[in-house]
Amino acid sequence: MAYRCTVRNFTYHFDDLKMLLAKATPLRSGDQLAGVAAQTAEERVAAQMALADLPLTTFLNEAVIPYETDEITRLILDTHDANAFAPIKSLTVGELRNYLLSDEVDAPTLTNLQPGLTPEMVAAVSKLMRNQDLITVSAKCEVITRFRDTIGLKGRFSTRLQPNHPTDDFRGVAASIVDGLFYGSGDAVIGINPATDHVRTVVRLVDMMDQIRQRFEIPTQTCVLSHITTTLQAIEQGAPVDLMFQSIGGTEAVNSSFGINTALLREGFEATRALKRGTVGQNVMYFETGQGSALSANAHHGVDQQTCEVRAYAVARLFEPLLVNTVVGFIGPEYLYNGKQIIRAGLEDHCCGKLLGLPMGVDICYTNHAEADQDDMDTLLTLLGTAGVNFIMGIPGADDVMLHYQSTSFHDALYLRDLCRLRPAPEFEAWLLRMELMNADGKLMPVKNTHRLLQAAGL
Amino acid sequence: MSHLPDQPDPWAFLQSHTSARIARGRTGHSLPTRALLDFQLDHARARDAVYSELERDTLLTQLQVIQQPVLQLHSRAADRQQYLQRPDLGRKLDEKSLSHLHHLTGVSGKSAQGFDLSIVLVDGLSATAINRHAGAVVSRLVEEIRALGWSLAPLCLVEQGRVAIGDEIAHALKAETVVVLIGERPGLTSPDSMGAYLTFGPQPGLTDESRNCISNIRPEGFPYEAAVQKLLYLLTEMKTRRLSGVLLKDEFDDNLLTP
Repeated sequence: MAYRCTVRNFTYHFDDLKMLLAKATPLRSGDQLAGVAAQTAEERVAAQMALADLPLTTFLNEAVIPYETDEITRLILDTHDANAFAPIKSLTVGELRNYLLSDEVDAPTLTNLQPGLTPEMVAAVSKLMRNQDLITVSAKCEVITRFRDTIGLKGRFSTRLQPNHPTDDFRGVAASIVDGLFYGSGDAVIGINPATDHVRTVVRLVDMMDQIRQRFEIPTQTCVLSHITTTLQAIEQGAPVDLMFQSIGGTEAVNSSFGINTALLREGFEATRALKRGTVGQNVMYFETGQGSALSANAHHGVDQQTCEVRAYAVARLFEPLLVNTVVGFIGPEYLYNGKQIIRAGLEDHCCGKLLGLPMGVDICYTNHAEADQDDMDTLLTLLGTAGVNFIMGIPGADDVMLHYQSTSFHDALYLRDLCRLRPAPEFEAWLLRMELMNADGKLMPVKNTHRLLQAAGL
Repeated sequence: MSHLPDQPDPWAFLQSHTSARIARGRTGHSLPTRALLDFQLDHARARDAVYSELERDTLLTQLQVIQQPVLQLHSRAADRQQYLQRPDLGRKLDEKSLSHLHHLTGVSGKSAQGFDLSIVLVDGLSATAINRHAGAVVSRLVEEIRALGWSLAPLCLVEQGRVAIGDEIAHALKAETVVVLIGERPGLTSPDSMGAYLTFGPQPGLTDESRNCISNIRPEGFPYEAAVQKLLYLLTEMKTRRLSGVLLKDEFDDNLLTP
C-alpha cells in the first residue's frame, strides 16, 4: 500500500510501509549506504508526518518482510496479543507517542501493553521521538530479571565485567576480573569474549570463572560469549554454564548468516534452563544485537537498520533473557557515522527494547574510525543513566585489548552510580559490603594489598 | 595541600599478565590525570592514522630499488569523509584510474599475456601503516618473487581504497594473483598495522572467502621477514593449486618463524 504527505503544495509519495519507515528515520549513514534514507530533510519530516497519521492496525495487516519468507515476521504476527493491544487499537502512531508520554501511563501500564506491541509499531513511534522522549518513555519502564542476583530494579544499575584478553590467557583474564571486582563491577555478569571459538577453550574459561565465583561466593553469573553451538557442546561436556549467549538479528536471513534460527535458540534455552543453576531466578539467556547487522550481511530486505534492530527484540523476548545488550557503536561509521548518530541509536535501542519488555543494557562504544570519542561516550552514558539502563560494560580503562574498540570503564560505571545515586544489584551490593570493597554510602573503600581477592589472581 | 600525585592501585603488579589497562588508580570515581592523558594520546595517534595520507614521494624513493614502474591510482571515494561512509566506493577505481589501466593494457604487448603477480599498495584505514612498512616488505618480496622467475605487473599505489579494489586492478592488468597491502583499522595501541590480502584469479565481485589474509604486519606484531616468508608460501600454494581463500588450507607454521 502507498502512503503520501503533502507539504506546502508538494506531495511526497512512499511506495510501501518499509519505505515510509525508512524515510521517516532520523539520519544515519547505514540507511544512506543502503539507499533507503530520505533524500532531503523535508522529505524525512514529511515521512514522519505521514507515519504519525498511520493507524497502528496497519502494522497487523502489512508486513515489512513477507510472512511467507521470514520466520521473524511469522513470529511477530503469530504471537501478537489482541487483548493487550485492545487499549491502543484505535490509535495512530502519533497518538501512541502522545499516549506513552502522557502522565497516565506508568510502568504497570507499559508492562501490560508489551505483548500487544509489535517491533514495527515500536520502531515507528520511536522515529517520531526526540532524544528527550526516548529517555522519558524508557525511564517509565521497569524490567526486572534474576539469576543469582536481581537486575533492573529502580534505583539500581549493573555492569557486565568484560575481562577480555588477546590470547585467552588465564592469568590475564583473572587480572582483569580482579581489577573489575575491586571497582565494584560484575553484577550483571562476568562475561568474556573468547579470542577463539573452540569448545576446549570455552570449557576451560567457563570452569575458571566458575571457580573464582564459587571461591569468593560472588552473587553473580559468568558467561563465555561463544556461538550457541559451541556452548551447547560445552554443556554436553559438563561445563558449568550459567548463561547461554548468542548474537541475534531482526531478519531470518541475518540470523542464517549467524548460523542460527529460533529452533536452535530454543534448544540452547532449554539445555541451559535444565541445568537449574540460578538461585533467585532462571533467566538464562544473554543476547547481543546492534543496528546495521542485517545490512552488513546483505539481509535487510530494504528495511531501515533501526526497524531491523527492533525486530531482533521479538526474537529475544521469546526466551525471557537475563540480559539484552545492544552493542551500539561497534559496527563502524558506515552504519553510525559519528557521536550524534551513535548517541541517538543507543537511546532508541534502549527505549524500544524496554517497551518490548526486555532487560536492556547498552555497550556504549565506538571504533577508532568513527567520528566519536570519550566525550561522546560520556554523553550517552549520562543520558542512559537518566533513562534507567539496566547495565553497561565494565572494561579496564575502557580499552578492549582483544576486540579493539573502546567501551565504558569501571570508572565510568562508578561515575554514573555517584551522579545518579544508583546502587548495584542488591545481592551484589551486600557482597561488596561483606568484602569491604564498598561502604554503606556506596563509596569504594581503599584496598589493602593483603585483600583476599588478590589470591585469585595469584592462581 | 601541597601535592596530589597519581597513585596506581595496590594490585598494579598484575599488569605483567595483561596489556589491559588495569590498576590505573582513581581520584574519587575518576581516572588520575596521567592515565587519562595516556589514553587520550593513544586515541589521538589512532585518529591521526585514520586521516593520514600516503607519502608518495618517500614511498617512490624507497621503491626505486625494485626498478618497477609504479602506477598512482584513486578510488571512487572523493575524500576521507565519503570513504568512511561508503565502503562500496572505496572498492572501485575512479574513471581516470580505470582508463589509465585500460590504456596501459591496450598498448603494452607484455600485458596481453598477463603477469604472474600484481602488488597493490592501498592506504585503507591507516596510510601510516603503508608509509612505515610497505617499502621494506615490498622490496624483500619482489627480490624473492624475481628469484622464482615470476613476472611482475607494474606496482600500484591506491588512495582511498578498500581491499577489494585490488581485484579490479589485477584483473585489468591481467595478473594471475594479487597481493594487496593495506592499512588496517587502527587499534588504540596499534595505529600502524598493515594487512596483506592475497587472491588467485582476481576479478571484480569476489568477497572475503576468496582471499587469504596476513594481519598485523609491523615490527611489534608479525615482523617483516616472517610476513614475506608467509606471503611466498601462500603465493606458491595458490599458483600450484590454482585457488585461494577458504579452500586453501593455511598449513604454514607461524611458530617456525619465532627465533
